[in-house]
Amino acid sequence: MARMKFVCDAERCIECNSCVTACKNENEVPWGVNRRRVVTLNDGVPGEKSISVACMHCSDAPCMAVCPVNCFYRTEEGVVLHDKDVCIGCGYCSYACPFGAPQFPSKGTFGVRGKMDKCTFCAGGPEAHGSQAEFEKYGRNRLAEGKLPACAEQCSTKALIGGDGDVVADIFRNRVVQRGKGAEVWGWGTAYGSKQAGQPPANGVKS
Amino acid sequence: MRLTLIAAATLALVACGDKQQTSAGVKSDAPGFESVTGPGNVYNAPGWKAGDKTAWEQQLKTRTQAGQNEYNRVK
Repeated sequence: MARMKFVCDAERCIECNSCVTACKNENEVPWGVNRRRVVTLNDGVPGEKSISVACMHCSDAPCMAVCPVNCFYRTEEGVVLHDKDVCIGCGYCSYACPFGAPQFPSKGTFGVRGKMDKCTFCAGGPEAHGSQAEFEKYGRNRLAEGKLPACAEQCSTKALIGGDGDVVADIFRNRVVQRGKGAEVWGWGTAYGSKQAGQPPANGVKS
Repeated sequence: MRLTLIAAATLALVACGDKQQTSAGVKSDAPGFESVTGPGNVYNAPGWKAGDKTAWEQQLKTRTQAGQNEYNRVK
């Protein structure tokens, strides 16, 4: 199996924000925290493009590199997760992440910054699969139930694809071939370490 | 008497010490294919057996193609 990956197809995303809603509902994400957001570039201008952004579960994750307490780990499936019992809420990961994935809930009387929260690819955390402790800290563990992230599974236009990297790439490749344009995926090169991927075609004919 | 006082003082001071700060590190996480056990497993997707890595991987691949590739669905 390849690594678990997300891809958002900017040609299809209609900025409906249902991925954001699905994530919040499925994982009971606290107020003020958005594990996933839809970003629109050139909003209101003809040709505007939207993409759904969350943790990209980077192959060479900068959050993992800068964490002073080493709370991050990577699962066998390539999902980047973290241990909230180890996290000290320092926020270094937030500065390191190019996608703005790490979120910090405000807790306590003075709105003190809590422990980091981010997309888990619906794979929970280090607690026992499906346990109450896992749900309360990290949300649902759909992966261990043989399911895929809720955001990707309910996307009405299938703009957001999530799953085994090989299958995701296969679906996207087929789609690009069928429509004949839109091969560039924003953020791909940053997340997956390829300088070539995610760049517009050199001749600039299509898309 | 003197020894008793030293022993008592030592015992009393122990309570003022720091807690041990050995790092437990990151907890190990069970692989996904080991699945959910207990009452929660009623939510497991059908078509694969918990603990079978190959079946789990195949289930995820099939689910991705069936649910997210509409070119398969409109054939």
